[in-house]
Amino acid sequence: MSIDPLLQLLRSSGRLPVTELAERLSLPEDEVRARLEAWEKDGTILGFQAVVNQELTDDQKVSAFIEVKISPEKEGGFDRMARRIAKFEQVSSCHLLSGGYDLLLLVEGSDLMEVARFVSEKLSSMEGVISTATHFRLKTYKELGLDFNGEDDPDRLPVSA
Amino acid sequence: MKGNSVQVERSESATLAAHPQPDTPVMDYSQRIARQVAAVPRSGIRDFFELVLGRDDVISLGVGEPDFATPWNIRQAAIQSLERGQTSYTSNLGLLSLRKEIANYVGGFFDVEYDPASEVLVTVGVSEALDVSLRALLNPGDEVIYHEPCYVSYSPSVVMAHGVAVPVATRQRDNFSLKPDELAKAITPRSRVLLLNFPTNPTGGVASKEDLEGIAKLCIEHDLICITDEIYSELRYDDEKHISIASLPGMRERTILLHGFSKAFAMTGFRLGYACAPAPLVEAMMKIHQYSMLCAPITSQAAAVEALQNGKEPMEQMRESYHERRDFFVRRLNEIGMDCHVPGGAFYAFPDIRKFGLSSQDFAMGLLESQGVAAVPGNAFGPSGEGFLRCCYATAFDQLQEAADRIEKYVATLG
Repeated sequence: MSIDPLLQLLRSSGRLPVTELAERLSLPEDEVRARLEAWEKDGTILGFQAVVNQELTDDQKVSAFIEVKISPEKEGGFDRMARRIAKFEQVSSCHLLSGGYDLLLLVEGSDLMEVARFVSEKLSSMEGVISTATHFRLKTYKELGLDFNGEDDPDRLPVSA
Repeated sequence: MKGNSVQVERSESATLAAHPQPDTPVMDYSQRIARQVAAVPRSGIRDFFELVLGRDDVISLGVGEPDFATPWNIRQAAIQSLERGQTSYTSNLGLLSLRKEIANYVGGFFDVEYDPASEVLVTVGVSEALDVSLRALLNPGDEVIYHEPCYVSYSPSVVMAHGVAVPVATRQRDNFSLKPDELAKAITPRSRVLLLNFPTNPTGGVASKEDLEGIAKLCIEHDLICITDEIYSELRYDDEKHISIASLPGMRERTILLHGFSKAFAMTGFRLGYACAPAPLVEAMMKIHQYSMLCAPITSQAAAVEALQNGKEPMEQMRESYHERRDFFVRRLNEIGMDCHVPGGAFYAFPDIRKFGLSSQDFAMGLLESQGVAAVPGNAFGPSGEGFLRCCYATAFDQLQEAADRIEKYVATLG
């Protein structure tokens, strides 16, 4: 099934006001507003954020991808553990994966030491965490579908047949 | 996507003209240019292009190509082909692997089967395919009928192939389809070829199955060969299925189907097209292609294979995007009071501006000068385009919104 055009447009251009969304999709504004509210209510849309190229800001924070092996609990399997880990404010994303380890976290901190402390003091010490492997992020090339190096606009002739 | 700000260099010919060489003996060049070439007037688009170049901050609705770069997987295929050292000539007809993909695609999309070994010719764009088709078919004085307003090269291509161009005007009230009874009036004993282009540049017009059946009947009755330029055929909207005249009963044997990659796959700069036709016709066209072009560029052919194998999804995303922009822009034009039919295909709106009492040229000039919006005067596409304006909506959405607002302001000044 194809993705809802409104949801698709929001994913690429989340900042557009309702009037503009309606105009682009040739939909009534009331309908767009109602659908947005319904999605926010049922959790389909969790929020809207800017995708920022940190290199162009003064932000010195560091981030690391952390592979975590955990032992599933008798009740709730990986879910409860994963949710508990996701609660930490340092964890900006948390995914359950197939393969050699169970969870992949993206953890952010003001410097290397802060991230290291989080891993040794908070994460590794949790019951059920078997092991961790921390990979510091050096550079980002693409995030959420956005290419950080961009691409030249095609230089089209202003008038052509 | 940023705006279509104009950053094109002045034409080379202008530079050369600035450096006359007085010692060279003067030759009367006008006597040396072949008659059929001298007979072709300068393109109206070219004139307008020069005017637009002189201005900054123009929003251009004057382009004739997608505003997307070629999808990455297709570019990647071109790069890989170079990396593998594929830099040689190909078969004159084109890579067999590409011709097989083309036959497969055409069979599925248009519902007409062609033999990749003998009935498919890969060309440098549909432009070359059209040129070799006409040159293969025409004897001096043969008449070629085509519907107008139309792509700017049709009449010149016919004339340069020593043919006689016979336009049939189409009308807004018919959604710029070619009506069989209008076609019938243009047929004479010298008629040899009918040239079709649906969806149409510049009108976005499409032909109904009923019209195509009537046209096919006339082609068969009058023994015409039909050249059908299908370059916009994927860009149909409102869930309408495109029908090619080649798929109608009795037409395959008398049709040359022209298609390419420029519009649907956003590959204009790759310059790649093809012709599908019965083997004796392809053989004749191949002779011209072989001795003039040799073959289409191999890098472009490699990219085209990828486009046909894995290009459907990006193509459909682009089509959806055009569809959204068409709905918006045509609605805005009508709100503004420019009567615009809903174009069923391509990426052009073709509003009627007659009620403002200005010629197409004056309207477009005024719009450019007062509001900095470039749209092409309809008469650049033949006399029957007079009273209309071609606006390409393959332009960033915010630019389209701004263009519509500026057109509204301009129209308000016309009273």
